[in-house]
Amino acid sequence: MNCEYKLYEPSWCPGCGNYMIRTALKMALEELKIEPHEVVLVSGIGQAAKMPHYIKVNGFNGLHGRAIPPAIGIKLANKDLKVIVESGDGDSYGEGGNHFIHAIRRNIDIAHFVHDNQIYGLTKGQGSPTTAMGQKTTLQFDGVKVEPIKPLALALTMGAGFVARGFSGDIPHLVYLMKEAIKYKGYALVDILQPCVVWNKVNTFAWYKNRVYHLPDDYDYTNKEEAMKKALEFDERIPIGILYREEKETYEDRFDFIKNGPPLVDRQLNPMDAERLMEEFK
Amino acid sequence: MDFSVLVGGAAGQGMDTFSHLFEKTLKRCGFHVYAYSDYMSRIRGGHNFFYIRFSDEKIYSFSEKVHVIFAMDKETAEIHKSKLREDGFVLSEDLIADILKKLKNPKVINTVGLGYILKYFGLPMDVAVQLIRQEFNENIIDINLKALEEGYNLAKSRYSLSTSKDENILINGNQAVGLGAVAAGCKFYCGYPMTPSTGVLNFMATHSEDFGIAIDQVEDEVAALNMALGASYAGVRAMTGSSGGGFALMVEALSLAGMLEVPVVLINVQRPGPATGFPTRTEQADLRFMIHAGHGEFPRMVIALRDVEDAFYQTARAFNIAEKYQIPVLLVSDQHLADSVTTVKPFDFTKIKIERYISGSEAVTDEEYKRYKFTESGISPRILPGKIPGQVVLVDSDEHDEWGHITESADIRTKMVDKRLRKFDLLKEEIQEPWFIGKDNPENLIVCWGSTYGAVKEAVDELIEEGYSIGALVFGDIWPFPTKGLLELGKNAKRIIDVEQNATAQLDSLIREEALMKSTDKILKYDGRPFSGEEVYKRVKEVL
Amino acid sequence: MDFSILIGGAAGQGLDTSAQILELILKRCGYNVFTYRDYMSRVRGGHNFTQIRFSDKDISSFTEKVDIVLALNEETILLHKDRLKEGGTIICDKEIAHEDGVLPLPFKKILSKIKNQKVYNTIGLGVILKYFNIPIDIGEEAVNKLFKEKASYDNVLALKEGYSLIDGKYNLKLKEDKKIIINGNKALALGAIAAGCKFYCGYPMTPSTSILSYFSSKSNEMGIMVDQVEDEVAALNMALGASYAGVRAMTGSSGGGFALMVEALSFAGIVEIPVVIVDAQRPGPATGLSTRTEQGDLRFVIHAGHGEFPRMVMALRSPEDAFYQTARAFNIADKYQIPVIILTDLYLADYTNTIDPFDFSRIKIERHISDGKDIDGEYKRYEITDSGISPRLIPGKVDGQVVLADSHEHDEYGHITEDPDIRTEMATKRMKKIDLLKDEIQEPWLIGEEKPEILIVCWGSTYGAVKEAVSKLIEEDYSIGALVFGDIWPLPTRRLMELAKTAERIVDIEQNLTGQLDSLIREETPYKSDYKILKFDGRPFSGEEIYRRLKKEVLKR
Repeated sequence: MNCEYKLYEPSWCPGCGNYMIRTALKMALEELKIEPHEVVLVSGIGQAAKMPHYIKVNGFNGLHGRAIPPAIGIKLANKDLKVIVESGDGDSYGEGGNHFIHAIRRNIDIAHFVHDNQIYGLTKGQGSPTTAMGQKTTLQFDGVKVEPIKPLALALTMGAGFVARGFSGDIPHLVYLMKEAIKYKGYALVDILQPCVVWNKVNTFAWYKNRVYHLPDDYDYTNKEEAMKKALEFDERIPIGILYREEKETYEDRFDFIKNGPPLVDRQLNPMDAERLMEEFK
Repeated sequence: MDFSVLVGGAAGQGMDTFSHLFEKTLKRCGFHVYAYSDYMSRIRGGHNFFYIRFSDEKIYSFSEKVHVIFAMDKETAEIHKSKLREDGFVLSEDLIADILKKLKNPKVINTVGLGYILKYFGLPMDVAVQLIRQEFNENIIDINLKALEEGYNLAKSRYSLSTSKDENILINGNQAVGLGAVAAGCKFYCGYPMTPSTGVLNFMATHSEDFGIAIDQVEDEVAALNMALGASYAGVRAMTGSSGGGFALMVEALSLAGMLEVPVVLINVQRPGPATGFPTRTEQADLRFMIHAGHGEFPRMVIALRDVEDAFYQTARAFNIAEKYQIPVLLVSDQHLADSVTTVKPFDFTKIKIERYISGSEAVTDEEYKRYKFTESGISPRILPGKIPGQVVLVDSDEHDEWGHITESADIRTKMVDKRLRKFDLLKEEIQEPWFIGKDNPENLIVCWGSTYGAVKEAVDELIEEGYSIGALVFGDIWPFPTKGLLELGKNAKRIIDVEQNATAQLDSLIREEALMKSTDKILKYDGRPFSGEEVYKRVKEVL
Repeated sequence: MDFSILIGGAAGQGLDTSAQILELILKRCGYNVFTYRDYMSRVRGGHNFTQIRFSDKDISSFTEKVDIVLALNEETILLHKDRLKEGGTIICDKEIAHEDGVLPLPFKKILSKIKNQKVYNTIGLGVILKYFNIPIDIGEEAVNKLFKEKASYDNVLALKEGYSLIDGKYNLKLKEDKKIIINGNKALALGAIAAGCKFYCGYPMTPSTSILSYFSSKSNEMGIMVDQVEDEVAALNMALGASYAGVRAMTGSSGGGFALMVEALSFAGIVEIPVVIVDAQRPGPATGLSTRTEQGDLRFVIHAGHGEFPRMVMALRSPEDAFYQTARAFNIADKYQIPVIILTDLYLADYTNTIDPFDFSRIKIERHISDGKDIDGEYKRYEITDSGISPRLIPGKVDGQVVLADSHEHDEYGHITEDPDIRTEMATKRMKKIDLLKDEIQEPWLIGEEKPEILIVCWGSTYGAVKEAVSKLIEEDYSIGALVFGDIWPLPTRRLMELAKTAERIVDIEQNLTGQLDSLIREETPYKSDYKILKFDGRPFSGEEIYRRLKKEVLKR
């Protein structure tokens, strides 16, 4: 059993939070003893979304905003594969906003790691769905004029069963979050704060470091109201950890024929099996 | 005289700034400039480079070989050594390392290099000094001026070029499009950042407050075209832009534009596909896609932009056409045109006419206004919602009657489809034939479209000097497809040579379908890099 | 013999069920049946009608005139009385029988007798049965198939009551019923299921929705994952995910939904994941006419998507064609690792026709999946090969090997590249697959004369109507034939080139305004049509309309 994850040279900027997130991902997968061929990393487009190219796993690098639908397709086709979606905040909450909402409705068993740097990186500094109101960007010259999405609160409202936030600057904690998310049966959201050293001069590493704090040991993550409060806490202090957790039935388990039986990909295919369907037309 | 300089380095080293200063300095010295950049899809690291070519005569393309390579990092000299002319010179970072150490600032490598190169060509320093003073942040002006001077003093002049009066502007394709839109009274621009179209969004946003243009960075491209249609319905000239993949998300709304008969302009700044493809490179592979995009049948116009001047005037014209015929007008550009910076004569804003074709109450000839009134031309008089008391404007994506209400009548359906397509027939009468360059009635006829214009022009000029009977038709208006020029010249031409940047020769397929002719030879390029005049020349010669 | 019955009424009056019963009865009598449905885009009210034609000869179209109109409301009589043949009759309740030629019957009285208002239509069916002297037990059997328990009991009563109201007019000979009766969409779905499709997703959009419904109804039984997606952008992306993970996947929509799949279509082209996509056309642009038919998306689907990549487009010509071609589509998609687009339309999706039972033993499943044994070293998902087709591994199936699929330009391993030479190699590799595909595309069907003077070119669902028109004209001694395109991109040109040489005139028949097939012919061959017979009012061609227009516009007689 070889669980070592080979890494490739990325095209990320020096100091980018993506490096840390990759390190955490590698550690999480190795500690969970999952082999590379058992995992699929699905991504959209952006710097974060290049992850499938920089760590050796099965990869599906698709279209901007469209990581979630293929991830759902993959999981339904082969429930034995561990499916992880990794993309940026623009990809996950903006272009892919509608799919984000509906992934939660389904509660498909995937881990969704959002590299949230509160800006558009690869396209050079425009505001993203999580950029703060009023922040000046390379396109919104006199400040962003729309309010940011609150992804954790949105997820909670939608009834997500695993809602967490991490920080690229705290790798051990991030490893823990990732492992829990991957193990969790259902849709698991981990919004990972990270600095964009080139384009976001507001939410820098220091800015995050000064604000993030671990949820206390006695925090009750089954309490939804508490979780909502934590989810909305952002400006002065930002809690990181698992905000909410609840076991729920997954989408794929709601289909008996998927739940009980081998993965669809392994089923025998025989045209003669379908012949009896003609009866209806006789 | 005709010189080329290549500057290369990693993303983040300030090549952009160097290039900008150098181009502008050259322009101010009265030279014609053609500059193009090659960059990777990353923010730091990797390898990017700029080509800057300048001459005392008008130039249309870049040269493959350069006189100077300014290597900001070690990689550059290696990667590009085959591009250096025999008599060329490499300005490497070691040559100026001492200066950088002296200035205690590695970031000014670009200005040091600038100073050096100016001296090398025997050009004065004062223009660059002025530029730095005007454009740089206060706190870095001094150090940069010092750097410039140091570089200048270090170098020895190899050439002695005479300057002349600067009468041009220096602009790239995206900016020219933006300028054309602003000149034409566009008051709404929305888009999603996507290379290489983002420059248009940036330009419009920069002038938003000044010109009263509503700008929106949309959540996705599906929203973009739908939003622009809303703005246009309400009466403002509206535009959106993207690259191929973003345009792909606008296809349903494009069909909507056709059905609603709401005017709109949109631009596809092409890059190599399919899908994500090569985000920062160039190609011309979306032609057929744009001509046929959208379910059902409806009239549209497709205009390919050929150079920055064309980009300005055609963009402005697009709005008139969109409003006259109440159709979507699709502009086709590409990364090469979008990002190439050239000197051109200042645009003549007096040539821009704004023709809105909006009616007042005279359009209401029945009790209730008929948004889709049947007329001979197929164009129904258009009033704006909220402008005429007592009248409302109903637009509808279902098949509709003259008032805009949903109908299932076979008869009305037939009449409405006819009406919409009649506009297309009318449009055919006013489309512009392709530009013709070269020898009249040539034996060898090149056909091409869009941004290959510059490279083809240089190749044709060169071949004519060598005595060949050759000319080229360069398509701008490309749908409806103008066939007159082609049919005439095609009669006498022995060869028809299709030159384009895609793998399946899309222009040729149009020629076969619409003119019932076909090319005898195809010169195609789809590696993501633009044609140079020299490459076209070489490959055409092989054919002849 | 050749009769047509029209049943008309408002949406919500149970028209559909009655039509199903009647067509089943006629089929059981051993006749060939062709049922065409016309409905409005609403759930209640408006006007819908169904025409059921039956004959002892092969039929593949509806007729313009009918023998019987069963009017469930007064509007029906007004709308359709001009369509009655000489000697035809309108059957309806006494209360609405104000016109001439109407056979007024005491429906209301019977309803109160049975004490069930809902069996109105079935009374009419009973009358029709007697009209043709069809044995009542066949009628009873059919009613019992579609209704259960009390409803069935009451409807049988109604049938018998209607049966007793009139004297029979015709005496038709019964034959053996050896066929099935099915519509295009269900045949398509059945073909997909036979071919081992295990994943179907879609967004409800007329006229593709019945494919989604059929799949959903068979999901548990056949072990097929069916997902109603949040939007069509998700649909194709999701199907690509499922296919990447190794199951045969398909999605479907109509033109407007397909328009939202265009970006993902381009993605399918570069990522080289097999997928089958159905565009069930309806009149556009935009929302257009939701419940009508057209063939307006041909050029659109051929060129949809930015950049250049190989695809196949096939147009379904009949329910039989729908079954076999859909199954074939999966093999082609898997073999060439391309998207295969299936074009159908509302007319073919909804009309039912008696055909021979499908032969499931003809369906072969060819997956073209590698078991990894011949792979040496690290797997190259996009290995450059002579054919352009790279061996395909399914992720998770081979220990130690991973599969990287990517939407950027990529190298052989699937990693992002910006190298111009690799780009050129990869673009060339992808397009090469088309050359191979061209060798196996099927030529269009040829019907009529082998070397006709008048050559019709047409595609997809116009097949049935063209067939009837051509047969009739051949009987009148015209030298006429038709090429009916199924495989339509790459465009098969061999037969066309051969026949165009000897044809005097080429006539393009299609349901759109701009003659899209003709534009393809001009682009791909040195030929073009001399005449175009076009229809774009949302209604399908009948064999009679084509016959008439050919005579008037082409044959000029």
